[in-house]
Amino acid sequence: MPENPAPLHLAVALDGAGWHPAAWREPDARPGELFTARYWADLVAEAERGLLDLVTLEDSLSLQSTHPFAPDERTDQVRGRLDAVLVAARIAPLTRHIGLVPTAIVTHTEPFHLSKAVATLDFVSSGRAGLRVKVSGRVDEAAHIGRRAAPELSFEDLDTPAGLEILRDLFGEAEDYVEVVRRLWDSWEDDAEIRDTATGRFVDREKLHYIDFEGRRFSVRGPSITPRPPQGQPLVTALAHRGEPYRLVGRSADLGFVTPYDAADARTVVAEIRRAQADAGRAEQTVHVFGDLVVLLDETPGAAADRLARLDRQAGAALTSDARIFTGTAAELADLLQEWQHAGLTGFRLRPAVLPHDLEQITRHLVPELQRRGAFRTAYGATTLRGHLGLPRPANRYATHATDAADATDATRATDATRTVHA
Amino acid sequence: MSKPVKQIHLAAHFPGVNNTTVWSDPQAGSQIDFSSFVHLARTAERAKFDFLFLAEGLRLREQNGEIYDLDVVGRPDTFTVLAALAAVTERLGLAGTVNSTFNEPYEVARQFASLDHLSDGRAAWNVVTSWDEFTGENFRRGGFLAQEDRYERARQFLSAARGLFDSWRGDEILADRESGAFLREPGPGRFDHHDGQFDISGHFNVPRSPQGRPVIFQAGDSDAGREFAASAADAIFSRHGTPEAGRAFYTDVKDRLARYGRTRDELKILPGVTFVLGDTEADAHEKAHLIRRQQVSGQTAIRLLEQLWNRDLSAYDPDGPLPEVDPLLGEHTVARGRASVRHHRDPLATAAEWRALAEAKKLSIRELIIEVTGRQSFIGTPARVAEQLNESVQTDAADGFILVPHLTPGGLDEFADTVVPLLQERGVHRTEYEGTTLRDHLGLAAPRPVPSPS
Repeated sequence: MPENPAPLHLAVALDGAGWHPAAWREPDARPGELFTARYWADLVAEAERGLLDLVTLEDSLSLQSTHPFAPDERTDQVRGRLDAVLVAARIAPLTRHIGLVPTAIVTHTEPFHLSKAVATLDFVSSGRAGLRVKVSGRVDEAAHIGRRAAPELSFEDLDTPAGLEILRDLFGEAEDYVEVVRRLWDSWEDDAEIRDTATGRFVDREKLHYIDFEGRRFSVRGPSITPRPPQGQPLVTALAHRGEPYRLVGRSADLGFVTPYDAADARTVVAEIRRAQADAGRAEQTVHVFGDLVVLLDETPGAAADRLARLDRQAGAALTSDARIFTGTAAELADLLQEWQHAGLTGFRLRPAVLPHDLEQITRHLVPELQRRGAFRTAYGATTLRGHLGLPRPANRYATHATDAADATDATRATDATRTVHA
Repeated sequence: MSKPVKQIHLAAHFPGVNNTTVWSDPQAGSQIDFSSFVHLARTAERAKFDFLFLAEGLRLREQNGEIYDLDVVGRPDTFTVLAALAAVTERLGLAGTVNSTFNEPYEVARQFASLDHLSDGRAAWNVVTSWDEFTGENFRRGGFLAQEDRYERARQFLSAARGLFDSWRGDEILADRESGAFLREPGPGRFDHHDGQFDISGHFNVPRSPQGRPVIFQAGDSDAGREFAASAADAIFSRHGTPEAGRAFYTDVKDRLARYGRTRDELKILPGVTFVLGDTEADAHEKAHLIRRQQVSGQTAIRLLEQLWNRDLSAYDPDGPLPEVDPLLGEHTVARGRASVRHHRDPLATAAEWRALAEAKKLSIRELIIEVTGRQSFIGTPARVAEQLNESVQTDAADGFILVPHLTPGGLDEFADTVVPLLQERGVHRTEYEGTTLRDHLGLAAPRPVPSPS
């Protein structure tokens, strides 16, 4: 029996009909329903039946494309998508436990709008909101917004000094963005609403705070128009593949998604993020690092590989991905997840290649397998997303000491349930 | 031949961040908990209303350099709460006010198109403009518009958004498993929009939504606002104190439609109104009086007076006479983040009117403010209110009403239980939804899609 450091965390990444370009042609796919609420509600309900920590919802401000920086001319793949924050909000009242983490493109959107949108998602889900920040270097997205031009980029450029400068700029802006969003969440103290009929005051304005953020690219005054949400601060996540994004995770995020190709690579990536975390003075805080895997799962050995080959033939090309592509049985995947967990990953975000097939393999086969091994929860022990992840409810940076104490009590309450599950 | 009987359109305004929303009442609930939105939306749907309406404000109001603390403060994000409400309602339209100054057309168009998909065709957009630097301080683009540019920006914003909504014809997605064609042709959603405000092109990434585009509301009352509405809106959220003023507005706006090749049925006029119900007429009027006193406390009266006077009046007694000093002219510095201060176009003339009124009726500051800040209100027994509402609609003072309750979230319950059945008995309000989309409820045709390229 392998040593078991802590129960692992599981997320699924939902996108279109699944992460394989031919997924929409599978018999149980619902390609005509990708733009309906029912489709997304069914998928998230399935993920919740599997007791997963959270789902992420992909998004972009352009049509999907095989080209990283421009549109393509393909007609054989899913194109078009709905706004991820709205999809998450539409699902929230239909679920009770699972965390909802939509993607937002921080290069082109307003931190003020996003801060209140995710705070509202936290209200409508009673504390299950998160957000995945994504930068955009796409030329076509910049032209859709029309506010500024994006420099032309290629993957080869990214390692040149000019490419690195562009990355530093985009990720530096993202870091400022997260800082603004977090300050806005804190701009209301938890007890700012007083409804004091004796003095006629609805709020105590001493507990509402200007955030006065001044950055290189933008400034924001505050306070938010939306009160502090149930989690205090919804979960901030980012996907990271290299240095600048690793630093964003270490400095700003609560959870990073990374794409190692083996356990040794995972160890290196985690170390880099922990260094960035320590450099930012956050060594004491929990920053989760989840490994991303594209998964094809079937119940008999070899079946998933055969299925991948069939899908690839349909697509006319072998599947490629930034993340490792796993084919096998649930037990084989459980072995790999436990091995990688020993390399320092605290959980995994699985990208089902085909929906709903590979999602159901995760919830109905992988999860029970991990539960048998004592490596995954058998019931939700908390009601909030932070609770699932063992994260405290953050103290408000603007609050007075008396309120800090109240926050600490809340944080204890929020994590107690999680600790019970972990014990 | 007699005129056909008009059906009354009814909608609910979620009680807002204003002194008309009474929070000091023991029955007042949370303005932020989702359960409050669910309660009001379900009540409106039970009463077969056309839609629920949310207002907007992107900066907390200030007065005398401090955050205004006498009214309800704090509201959710419009799109997020409407998308969540789509999950707990089936037919009710979901109308959100979204500003064209601190957003970009691509974002707003995809949010509304997404909401329309996620609600099966129930989205509406109240297009407003805001130009003040005060609100701009919350946005990375900052800045503001000159007041005279606001409709130009709104017009171009809406035109750009329409181009995006229409960029998908609706038949692009084949999803044909056999042939492997997901799309009929490459690169759907092509758009190109260049004008004084926007320089954008590319591909919109949300397929055509159930309503084609959301229902468009407009809320301005100036000549430019009326013209903008006549050219581009499906409905107007208006505000007129008397049936006579309502009829004049109605006629004026409907007359403008022909200029744009539109019929009089293509634009609905829906005033925002309040209501108070009682078992007897006297009972209703007494309740209305008590509510007005809850809405306008002594402190609130002074603050509202400052919004015209543009100076600190905290030393004045709300139960005493109006200030002898005149309003300060020039830039408005006392109240910030309020649209209402712009309604006083000539502060000295308004102050003179108010003084005369107070003199004639022997009113204190508080009594005067209660008198001059009331909006169109239907007060009486349910039978009387039903009769008045119907009278207004049948005589073309309005096509229907957006009801503004004074309590969150139960402020609509009594109306739904007592007035609505009476309107249904008269045959002027639906007993079941006939259609599924908000356009169906409002009797609006589906927008003409752009022709397919030949």
